[in-house]
Amino acid sequence: MPELPQVVRGFGVTFRTMFKKVVTEQYPEEKHLFPPKPRFHGRHQLNRYADGLEKCIGCELCAWACPADAIYVEGADNTEAERFSPGERYGRVYQINYLRCILCGLCIEACPTRALTMTNEYELADSSRASLIYEKQDLLAPMLPGMLAPPHAMAEGTTTDDYYSGRIKGLGVVAMDTGDAS
Amino acid sequence: MGIEEKLPSGFLLTTVEKFAGYARKSALWPATFGLACCAIEMMTTGGARYDLARFGMEVFRASPRQADLMIVAGRVSQKMAPVLRQIYDQMPGPKWVLAMGVCASSGGMFNNYAIVQGVDHVVPVDIYLPGCPPRPEMLIDAILKLHDQISDTKLGKNRVREIEQQEREALAAAPTSAMKGLLR
Repeated sequence: MPELPQVVRGFGVTFRTMFKKVVTEQYPEEKHLFPPKPRFHGRHQLNRYADGLEKCIGCELCAWACPADAIYVEGADNTEAERFSPGERYGRVYQINYLRCILCGLCIEACPTRALTMTNEYELADSSRASLIYEKQDLLAPMLPGMLAPPHAMAEGTTTDDYYSGRIKGLGVVAMDTGDAS
Repeated sequence: MGIEEKLPSGFLLTTVEKFAGYARKSALWPATFGLACCAIEMMTTGGARYDLARFGMEVFRASPRQADLMIVAGRVSQKMAPVLRQIYDQMPGPKWVLAMGVCASSGGMFNNYAIVQGVDHVVPVDIYLPGCPPRPEMLIDAILKLHDQISDTKLGKNRVREIEQQEREALAAAPTSAMKGLLR
């Protein structure tokens, strides 16, 4: 049997490709099918304890760790009348400049209370430089049911240790001390 | 640019505006301006998996004369800045600039004398895209946001009125030195 000419045989590749699975991700329409990996470094989030108090203590370690100087933190003292986080201090001003931030995650490693973590949200583009400086209210985690917006007092009869070791399970709900540090 | 700028404002102009916006956003040809690692993500976006051809912009023009959109991908050094400006000037209007990645947008982590601290010092930027480098989805998202901007573009009399409005707002706005946010 005589061989087909090269020109025609080349179209065999084109023909076979028609039966292959399409590799294109239909991004804006079907983005739920291609979520980023769970550990993807996206936009930051400032977490809360289960009763709504903020985890950030305004220590500025994230700002010190940042290689791009994208984070600005200004701490302030908690008072008995106005308490935002357990312990002495809270982050009063918290700004992240997303036009400097390289999403490396060194701030997350530096954070001693796990107040700062990263989400998988990545659609950040905007049309002005000012709107890409995210303030504290843009970064704070949403209020879940059972949380009370700060400022409010710590749960009755608890110390900062109860907060730091995760024994606060909700507004005024404190887990029994079982002895282990989990 | 052409006759559409001379139309009287009203029903006809808004119809032409809508049509021109749709036409402009549907065939937005980017100029190749890859300067660093962001360019790799930009090339991926043009490739099979993310396929910019779905938005009518698969052809990265090597010549600025045929391009509408400059994707500045990567850090702009002081030495590259005049070149960038020249490429921009050579592009025919209407033209748009997308600052891709933190280095192009603000200098990013390279806060030093060699890098232009934001490409908006050199050319007017229409959309900023953070990320280091941004993943292709982020670039597509930025491009789609730019498409929305383009399809809302005003023409002729309406454009003149829009510019006057922006001018008034800019004069009334608080200066940057007075913007304190949460600061004391």
